[in-house]
Amino acid sequence: MSDLVSQFGPLWGTLAVLGQILGFVIVLLISLAFLLLMDRKVWAAVQMRKGPNVVGAFGLLQSFADFFKFVFKEIVVPAGADRSLYLLAPLITLILAFVTWAVVPVAPGWVIADINVGILYLFAMSSLGVYGIIIGGWASNSKYPFLGALRSAAQMVSYEVSIGFIIVTVLLFAGSMSLSDIVAIQDGGFWNWNVLSFHAWPMPMFLVMIPMAVIFFISALAETNRPPFDLPEAESELVAGYQVEYSSTPYLLFMVGEYLNIVLMCAMTTILFFGGWNSPIPDGFVDNWPYLAAQAWHFFWFAAKVVFFFFMFAMVKALVPRYRYDQLMRLGWKIFLPTSLVAVALVGAAVVYGPQG
Amino acid sequence: MLATLAFWAFSGVAIASAFMVVIARNPVRSVLFLILAFFSAAGLFVLLGAEFLAMLLIVVYVGAVAVLFLFVVMMLDIDFAELKQGFLSYLPLGGAFALVLAALLAMTVATWQASDQAQSLRAAAMPDGMSNIEALGTVIYDQYVYFFQAAGLVLLVAMIGAIVLTLRHKDGVKRQSVTAQVGRDRKEAIEMLDIKPGQGIGE
Repeated sequence: MSDLVSQFGPLWGTLAVLGQILGFVIVLLISLAFLLLMDRKVWAAVQMRKGPNVVGAFGLLQSFADFFKFVFKEIVVPAGADRSLYLLAPLITLILAFVTWAVVPVAPGWVIADINVGILYLFAMSSLGVYGIIIGGWASNSKYPFLGALRSAAQMVSYEVSIGFIIVTVLLFAGSMSLSDIVAIQDGGFWNWNVLSFHAWPMPMFLVMIPMAVIFFISALAETNRPPFDLPEAESELVAGYQVEYSSTPYLLFMVGEYLNIVLMCAMTTILFFGGWNSPIPDGFVDNWPYLAAQAWHFFWFAAKVVFFFFMFAMVKALVPRYRYDQLMRLGWKIFLPTSLVAVALVGAAVVYGPQG
Repeated sequence: MLATLAFWAFSGVAIASAFMVVIARNPVRSVLFLILAFFSAAGLFVLLGAEFLAMLLIVVYVGAVAVLFLFVVMMLDIDFAELKQGFLSYLPLGGAFALVLAALLAMTVATWQASDQAQSLRAAAMPDGMSNIEALGTVIYDQYVYFFQAAGLVLLVAMIGAIVLTLRHKDGVKRQSVTAQVGRDRKEAIEMLDIKPGQGIGE
């Protein structure tokens, strides 16, 4: 960003950055529309249904139809609700979900802000996501949303802790908090991705990093309130949890924010453990390609991996029954937290005392 | 120019929201304004070039501590009229304290004389070619590692103390056995019965 400002001057540089952001947001929203459809199609396929198939060919335009339906409905604010906070909550969720994407590198050099504390920024912003839910649940002035909000607060705070430690293991390998650096050390074939960690050879770090990748994926499910950890909105007990009272556009904002966070978690899994925009084979040959072709090659791999993890999220939703709340807490605090702490110690020792230390 | 604008925006929001923490009638709103104040402080840290501290402020205070504050405050049973009365009756005393504190601060800041060494440190807070995180790491984990560990021990003692104070063992309370629950399989959990119509199980 500062490059653009120094290149075009403060006014035009700022406008150029705003243009970039706008382009990124539009691409993100349009891909989200189709990812949402994919989520529903996968879920339907597992249950041997057809899923949405009426609007457009194969139901491709279903998300857009839903969008218009949401927008044209009436916004209902419950009596006794804290009106301003009630409407602020979905905005917080949506804005935080977008803001987080600013540091995600989708191809070499293609990132809105390549800041040197990138991963910490991601972590900080995703930990703020809980506010949209708590405020929404409290401001509704209703019992089910409030219970959902309390559950959600406890759940998200608990799983953030283990996510934080898992991120530390990856940081130790990269020696940097910049997401571009984290991706850069994983190039040269799938065996160098952090999940297998052959860049630390001869230390057998895959013994540590494969469990870390699995724990990260499970914690990501809990952090985004996806099944089997969707207790904040458990429909069989709390109707729909914190969003019971929401309708129309505010509900749409909640849902878009939630799905953006899910896609973000897929992107984080990709970047931290599965090589980001690196292809699974050594790809030195793309250096001779034209710039745009090489970028497209890298972007393809990033997008393909994100879509794959989104597919995994959808499959988990379709296959696994909901956890009980005390089991959820036990898993987070008594199993994931100690495991990831031990992993941090192991990786730290490997980095300091290993052959490359 | 952009940095100056950002500075005035962040500091203005920080002061305004800190003021609102005190005068907001609803405690939940007070906590939310407190969070806004933390947030603006994080923005000021970024402008100072301390982006690591800024992110930690958000992760630790906004992402965890304030969530627990909010958690507790939301569950309080609040009588707004009573709260408002309290505010007015405590206003003179609270105002007097605030004045004394402001006077003390003004006197301290006016007579503050920083040594030349401190001034030079302020001009270049970080050694050349080092990122924030490296600079903090060398200070905390190399130069002052024993003090850092001691501070950690103090926190550990506080944590153990809190647990010891609140932990109670009562006799005759049924406790959950997680291993028994998780280790249960289909054979002992489900019993197949063949019940004739109009008969029931009959215990």
